[in-house]
Amino acid sequence: MSDKQVSPDPAPETSLFEERLRAARQKQGLDPVPKDGAQAGRDASAMGLGLRVGVELVAALVVALLIGWALDRWLNTRPVFLAVFALLGGVAGMINVWRVVKPPP
Amino acid sequence: MAAESHSMDVLGQFALKPVLGSVGAAVQFTQSNAMMLAAAAVTLGLLYFGMRPRALVPGRLQAAAEMGYSFIHDMCVEQVGEEGKRYFPFVFAVFFFVLMGNLLGLIPGMFTFTSHIAVTFALALTVWVVTTVVALKIHGLHFFSYFFPAGVPIVLAPLIVVIEVISYLSRPVSLAVRLFANMVAGHVMFELFASFVVMLAAALGVVGGVLALGPLAINVALVGFELLVCFLQAYVFAILTCIYLHDAVHLH
Repeated sequence: MSDKQVSPDPAPETSLFEERLRAARQKQGLDPVPKDGAQAGRDASAMGLGLRVGVELVAALVVALLIGWALDRWLNTRPVFLAVFALLGGVAGMINVWRVVKPPP
Repeated sequence: MAAESHSMDVLGQFALKPVLGSVGAAVQFTQSNAMMLAAAAVTLGLLYFGMRPRALVPGRLQAAAEMGYSFIHDMCVEQVGEEGKRYFPFVFAVFFFVLMGNLLGLIPGMFTFTSHIAVTFALALTVWVVTTVVALKIHGLHFFSYFFPAGVPIVLAPLIVVIEVISYLSRPVSLAVRLFANMVAGHVMFELFASFVVMLAAALGVVGGVLALGPLAINVALVGFELLVCFLQAYVFAILTCIYLHDAVHLH
């Protein structure tokens, strides 16, 4: 440690030391690299994730279109509900996708 | 000319055929049903014969059975919480039924029952109904607050509720389509590349036979890839079941 600059309180010093210790331990392979496992798993199933997102997006839309179509058939209002539910289905699909990809709390 | 005699029928492999002779035909017992029974039998066999030695240091079969058990057990506890243990049998059954269906389908000549959307949709619908019943049983009518997240302005209620209901209804659809599409795509690719091998060899003779090594190699690599997909899709099916159960138990 150089004495050139004296830190005002010991807290930054400690955190600096902790940081260096962590970096050194990581370099020596003593600590598991944080999030590495999760990242590797995510990369390996990137195609799976992509497919999942695509299916989520389409599934909500299909369900919404079915509901809209059925409501129109029932109430003889074609194409009001079909149009409305197409939009709502797109939104629901987006929400589904967000729930898949959002970072865990 | 040669191509016409070897016209590709990549979807023919998914056709249902009755088995067990006239008895099977009379009750519409198809190879799909036979494979379902086989999947259940293999799962039970793995557990029974795997755990029979009850060795302190497990052999390979016992290790597989124990790993399967603890894998699903940990998944339930991790995803749902301590209450998840109650749903362990259900998740275990779903996971192994899908996994064995996928894996047995990889054996040449066997049928993949998870490649039929009727089967996957029935499975997904079962999961969906079970999670909904669990939620209704635990929370009663309070369950319907799930469709209206806290902190949303009341003005948006008509919009949010409809969107959330659509999102909830789309769960079994996405669950079913994902598994079905993965299995169909994999088996179509198998048949596609396998028919390339035959067509090349038939059309170009010796040169074609050499060229056919290309698609053959791709097919070999595909088997490895499909093994991954089999496990991955069974895992995804099981973990989504757990996530839905978590939602049902905790309502967010």
